[in-house]
Parts: sequence; structure tokens; C-alpha cells
Amino acid sequence: MNALSPLARQRMLSVVAFIGFFLLWEIICVAFGVSDLVLPRPSQIAQVLIEKMPLLWPHAVQTLYTTLVGFALGVLAGIVIGVGIGSSKLAYDVTYPLLVGFSSIPKVAVVPLFVVWFGAGTVPAILTSLVICIFPVVVNVATGLASTEPELEDVLRVLGARKRDILWNVGLPRALPYLFASLKIAITLSFVGTVLAETVASNKGIGTVMMIASGNFDVPMVFAGLFILAAMGIALYALSSLVEQRMTGWSKRKTDVSMA
Amino acid sequence: MSNAFIQLSEVTLQYGAGTLALDHTTLGIDEGDFVALVGPSGCGKSTILKLVAGLLRPSAGVVIAGGREVGAIGKQAASVHASPSPRLRVGLAFQNPTMLPWLTIRDNVMIPLKIVEPFRQDFAKKKKGEYADRVEALLAQVGLKGFGEKRPWELSGGMLQRASLCRALIHDPELLLLDEPFGALDQFTREELWDIMQKLWMDRRPTVLLVTHDLRESAYLANRICVMSSRPGRILETRDVGFARPRTLESSYAPEFAALVQQLRMRIADARRDGDATPPAAVAANSEGATA
Repeated sequence: MNALSPLARQRMLSVVAFIGFFLLWEIICVAFGVSDLVLPRPSQIAQVLIEKMPLLWPHAVQTLYTTLVGFALGVLAGIVIGVGIGSSKLAYDVTYPLLVGFSSIPKVAVVPLFVVWFGAGTVPAILTSLVICIFPVVVNVATGLASTEPELEDVLRVLGARKRDILWNVGLPRALPYLFASLKIAITLSFVGTVLAETVASNKGIGTVMMIASGNFDVPMVFAGLFILAAMGIALYALSSLVEQRMTGWSKRKTDVSMA
Repeated sequence: MSNAFIQLSEVTLQYGAGTLALDHTTLGIDEGDFVALVGPSGCGKSTILKLVAGLLRPSAGVVIAGGREVGAIGKQAASVHASPSPRLRVGLAFQNPTMLPWLTIRDNVMIPLKIVEPFRQDFAKKKKGEYADRVEALLAQVGLKGFGEKRPWELSGGMLQRASLCRALIHDPELLLLDEPFGALDQFTREELWDIMQKLWMDRRPTVLLVTHDLRESAYLANRICVMSSRPGRILETRDVGFARPRTLESSYAPEFAALVQQLRMRIADARRDGDATPPAAVAANSEGATA
């Protein structure tokens, strides 16, 4: 056992913890005779997942699609707004209170509004997913742009660099790690937004499935929905982490070298 | 008005409504000259450098660089039709090397070629060939041969500062502005870089304005040393440095060199005493008393 590298050991332990968690859950349910109306056993949930997969699959695809579209639009809008307010001190100071106010609104509250405007269905879900993930992107991009060293900016301005040159050569690359850090948060939030809108007003998606299932006291089905959401959430988070590592290795490698 | 390459005439600079950084300062620098500004900290040395660079606009007075008035840089770009003469090519290096961590040393040094005309227009075409060779040659000159592919974090502070000098020189500036470029380095590296700086200057002969608080450095590198008073800064004294070039580490321990450094040191001690002991309003009267 001691021959394992620390990393392999850590990986193995997390797998053990993962399996152990479900095992414990199963054992507790069996030992205390917990009703599946309250807390179904993992094995029951797995069974539902397998049996009902043909039914669940289109809904999962719908949720994923809504999340990704909302996320993509939100990130795009977030980058544009972030660059806009991050490249000017005045714009930053003027719009910041507005942004904070906007982001403080609980997003559940805007879903009914979207339904009134666009009707129940996919559009309100995409919009909810969009508005919920926009704020971290805006703040991070703006902060990244604002963190350019004044000395470096002086060096470039003396060369006759235009604002666009500085933004393109220094500001945006400097903001990239901030952007990718925000993507991990944004994708998770986006997911929350989608499921939220689906549970309130939609006829498709995992959120809807879970609402209907809970109405029918089909608790294993509710949990099956939860499992699908968790799996998709982990996958999306891992994906954005991977992209982050690929794109902004330079901002992390420094610590690796100093630790080596 | 004098015909100096760089001319500050009766320049006053007040930051906002508060600190008076410069008070009717006049300074002329000839083309190809190497001038060092020394003085107590906070005396407005860096302010002069920023005025010459066009990063600050004087509250009163005129700053001329390369035959035309220096304005705040943003404003200058707007009036591009009014002044058809090409802008002065300026290089700037600070104490902090500020290399961009996502670029290699070569790409960092190349940045000015990406921005300054006439290099800019051919940048896409020449960056792999001619410009890369140009960077490589300059890196070799400062002792960084073969480091072009490295990333900034793989280099020591002294090496980064060499790269920063290269970045300030790659576009063949007519004017080189150095703000305590060797201030953060250890004594040995610093002296090594003085030598490199001297060689680069002797080869290329840009006009150099060096801000420093190291008096040996100013005596080693400069043709002329301007001693400044405490805030509000004014030039108290200008010393010509006649030592033969190339100056060497040995020559920097010669008696006349040591004597010059000592005189400068005493002059700054006076300036500091005047500045520290009296409230700003009384400084002018007091410093007249001291020089009398």
C-alpha cells in the first residue's frame, strides 16, 4: 500500500469514500426499515434509473440543452458587459451598484415574469439560466481587466499604444484566469437556473419530471432525477475545469515550479 | 527657448489640489546625453520622468521632447492631424520588470515592435524571422542568450530586469527613460547591469534619463547628474561627470569617483534636512538660506 504515490492514494480514497457513502445509505435504510416514500435505497434508485431511462433520457437532454444555451449566452453577455465596465473606471463605478442590485434579486422571482412575457416552456428556462450565471462572469472579467499593473500600462502608453492595443495584449489575457474561474461557478448556477424554471413553468426537463414525480409520491423517481442532475453537474464542472487548465496554465504553473 | 532635446521650462506639477510635486523646475537634456536624476525620496524624480514620457501633464510650464511639446498621451492621439511629425520613440523601464507571464521572454521583449510604427505594420510578417532575430541578438547582448523560449517565472530577478531593458530598447528608442531600474537587485547583479547598460548606451547612443537613489550608479553611468531638493522638487545642482568611458568597477573605486559620490551624498543630506525640518511653506526661504 505504501508504494502508492500520494496522488493515487488520494484518488483511491475518494473512490472508497464515494462507494462507502452509498453503501452506508443502503445499510441504514435496510437496518432501520426506512420506507421508500421517505428515503429510497440507492439500489432502488439505480433500478428506476435503468428501467425508466428511455423516459428520462429526452428530459435529461432537454435540461442539458437549456443549461448550455443559457450558459453560453450568459457567458457571452457577461464577457461583453465585463469588458465594457472593466475597461473604464467611470463605467465600473457607475454601473456597479446597478449590477449588485440586479444580482441580489432572487432569481426564482423573475421566472413568473419570464413566463408572462414568453409563455411556459424552454425560453423562460434559458433566460433564467442566463440571468443567474451572468453576474459572476461580469464581476470576474471586470476585476481581471482592472488588475492590470499600472506600470505595465505606462510602458505601453509611452510606446503609443491605443486603448484597444492594451486591452487586447494585456487586459484580456490577464482577465482570462478570472474568466475561467467564473465559468466553473457560472455553469453550476446556470444549471440551478434551468431546473428552477423547469420546476415552476415547463413541460419538459428533469425539473418537470421531479415536480410531477413528487406530486405522485414517486420518491424513487425524484431521486433518480436528482442523480441525473448531480451527474450532469459534475460532468459540466469537470469540463470547465479542464478547459480552464488548458487555457490558463501559465497562471498556475508558477506555483508548481516554486513547490517543486 | 533652448534647443535641448528634452527641455522642461518652469514646470510646476500639483497632484490634484494637494501635493506640490514640482515647483518651477527647469532642466535641459541634449540629444544622446546620459543624465541621472538623484535626490531624496519623494522629491519628484519620477514625476519628471513621467512628464517627459507624457504620462503626466504639467500644471504650469512647458515640456519639450524631440522638438515638440509633450501632451498627455491620450490627447495627443486625438490631434494626430495637427502634428504630422512622427512621435518620438520612447522606451521605458521600471524597477518592477512587469513581464507578461503568459508570453515567452522573446514575445515579451517583442511587444514594442507590435505597437510602435514602423515596426507595427510588418509585425505579422516579420515576427518569426527578422524580429525574432533582432530580439535574440539583443538578448545575447545582455547575457540572456538562449533564454528567449523561457517563461518569465523561470528567470531570476536580475535576468528579468535584463529582459525588461531589452523590451525598453528593442524598438531603437530615441529616448530611454529608466525609473530605478536596478533598485530591487542585489549589489553584484546591479553592478553587472551597470556595465551592460553602459555598453548598450555606448553602442546605440539614445538619450537617457535615469532616475535613481543609488549615487554610485549615477556616477558610474551618467554624463551629468542633477541633484534635486525635497518636495516640492527643484534642481539644486547639476554636476558634469567627466570620467573616461568605458567606466569599470575598478574605476568606480578611484579616489575622484569616491569624492564625487561623497559630495553628492552631502548635497542630498542638506536637501533632506531642509525638507524634513520645515513645513512646506517655509522651504523656499530656508533653502535659499542654505545655499547662500
